[in-house]
Amino acid sequence: MTGLGVEIKGVVKKYGTLKAVDDVSLRVSPGELFGIIGPDGAGKSTLFRMIATLLLPDSGKITIGDRDVVGDYRDVRSVLGYMPGKFSLYQDLTVRENLDFYASVFGTTVGENYHFISDIYRMLKPFEKRLARHLSGGMKQKLALCCSLIHRPQVLLLDEPTTGVDPVSRYEFWEILKRLSADGMTIIVSTPYMDEAYKCSRMAMMIGGKVIKEGTPDDIIAGYNGKLWKVSGREVYGMLLAVKAYCGVVSCDSFGDSLHVVVRDDIEGLRSYLREKGYDDVTVEATKPTVEDCFIELVRDGCSDR
Amino acid sequence: MVLKYLLEKEVKQFLRNSLLPRIAIVFPLLVLLVMPWATSFEVENVNVVIVDNDNTALSGRLAHKIEGSRYFNLVGVVGSYGEAIGKIERQEADVLLEIPDNFERSLLTGRKIDYQVSANSVNGVRGNLGANYMNALVAGFAAEAIDEETGRVVPQPVEVIEQYLYNELLDYKKLMVPALMIIVIIIICGILPALNIVSEKETGTIGQINVTPVGKWTFILAKLLPYWVIGVVAISICFVVAWLVYGLVPRGSFLTIYAAAALFIIVMSSVGLIVSNHSSTMQQAMFVIFFIMVLFMLLSGLLTPVASMPDWAQYVVIFNPPHYIIDIMRSVYLKGGKFASNSFEFGMLGLFAVVMALWAMLSYRKQE
Repeated sequence: MTGLGVEIKGVVKKYGTLKAVDDVSLRVSPGELFGIIGPDGAGKSTLFRMIATLLLPDSGKITIGDRDVVGDYRDVRSVLGYMPGKFSLYQDLTVRENLDFYASVFGTTVGENYHFISDIYRMLKPFEKRLARHLSGGMKQKLALCCSLIHRPQVLLLDEPTTGVDPVSRYEFWEILKRLSADGMTIIVSTPYMDEAYKCSRMAMMIGGKVIKEGTPDDIIAGYNGKLWKVSGREVYGMLLAVKAYCGVVSCDSFGDSLHVVVRDDIEGLRSYLREKGYDDVTVEATKPTVEDCFIELVRDGCSDR
Repeated sequence: MVLKYLLEKEVKQFLRNSLLPRIAIVFPLLVLLVMPWATSFEVENVNVVIVDNDNTALSGRLAHKIEGSRYFNLVGVVGSYGEAIGKIERQEADVLLEIPDNFERSLLTGRKIDYQVSANSVNGVRGNLGANYMNALVAGFAAEAIDEETGRVVPQPVEVIEQYLYNELLDYKKLMVPALMIIVIIIICGILPALNIVSEKETGTIGQINVTPVGKWTFILAKLLPYWVIGVVAISICFVVAWLVYGLVPRGSFLTIYAAAALFIIVMSSVGLIVSNHSSTMQQAMFVIFFIMVLFMLLSGLLTPVASMPDWAQYVVIFNPPHYIIDIMRSVYLKGGKFASNSFEFGMLGLFAVVMALWAMLSYRKQE
């Protein structure tokens, strides 16, 4: 199968005076697994609802293949699979009934497209007769994915599909997405989890309604400007407060059991400062930035620009 | 074909709800079994206190007659007006009858008698009817007494023979039962659809439907049809109860009332769906539909006659759909009205059904 490309040009959506989506332009090629990463309130869901024909943009244009989401919304709906952030299947219908229902409203049957979802549905099969409301979070997500895939869409929109799902189910879910993308489906997925960015072929970082960076995960990491230090020791929290109080520090964030620190000039100053404060067992070493570091840098630069 | 799947889904959801199917059956039963007794405007057991200034055999007989009447309940015969008014103030009595001291003498000598009836009109209907019943009773008693005592028949200048058409015994239940059937439809077919679409908005399922190619006409039709069936079942239950419990069968044909009910159910469910389409939370929808239902019930002639409303209210009634169905129901049940004799009402109901159903479909937006 061949997916369709998605092109977003200068899209703006305002709620009152708030610009939820502010002049966003993106181009997603057919068959890409494209991630949109950003914190809550960045405008991800609003953008998704506009691509999904549910919300009309104030200005700008979104096309899927050569179909305009406003003018040709009927055609768009038949090639699009959309899975909203909140679980929104019928809780009072069973797993199988939900699937049958969505297949039939798209004018197809489960039998016809079963092979397409069989990998995922196999995991749900034992619970076929269970009401959707009695499924676990991970199972609900898989069912929702099945329902949005049952009509064999060429473009799949997933709005925070892994939020609130346990790590194992998250992993499984991304494996499924990779397979679908390898089969040629265009997938746009949003997530607030930075570590999921590596699973995308390309990604855009969104904050405050704007796309602040776009590229492959490697591009984004390569674009990191500063020098990043990893500081680890026994008492991480005390150290975090101490480093933040140090005058030469640009940023300091905790990453698991260590700190990622950017300093203004010399790292030796911080080393001796920490020794003075009584943190003897501290190791300070240079480290490679992660997507999250890049995001923090971008947000910081964005703030100082304003 | 898609309509079939949508309907299947609606029916499954309705039947799986632990409460709704039961309400659709129990509610009409309860309303029809309980409300006709409670909404009667007949006044009985009016408490009477008598001030007997005459203290003769005849005034005593009057008191006995009052005591024996099914409308009255004698709470006491007292010697002074002040004492009697005290009973009214303490709400022990509703009506006060003062018998003058020359009662027996005047009656037997054919002179005019001035007696006084005072009624507590805090409850207007009770006070007014109580006083009227009392006047009728005293007048009847006086005529009887003169006949007996003097052996001559008092000439009555004009005799009024009252004849009530269609509801010969002035049975309020016969008037109220058809009205209560309409109330059942207003409530069931108003509230259920009003909460339906908005609940899909609250759970988010509407978003999933909106990205499918299902057309809005199909979608709304699939919402309308189940309520139409539920409404027809509910009113059928009403018909059975009216017949079994109150012995009330329409003098006209069932076909006529079913036709009217079918139209009215479309109107009511469409109103519910319109409210649902325009609301974003269940709370909003509930509040708005409640307001509409109260208007529908109070400004339609359902409970109070339209003719006694002020002019402006009578204009409002013209735009009130239940007004037409209630006219048809009463006409068919009590007068044996036919389709032809109610063609105007049918026309209006049909018009409302078309307009409301269209509105329901057009107000459903798949996009924001």
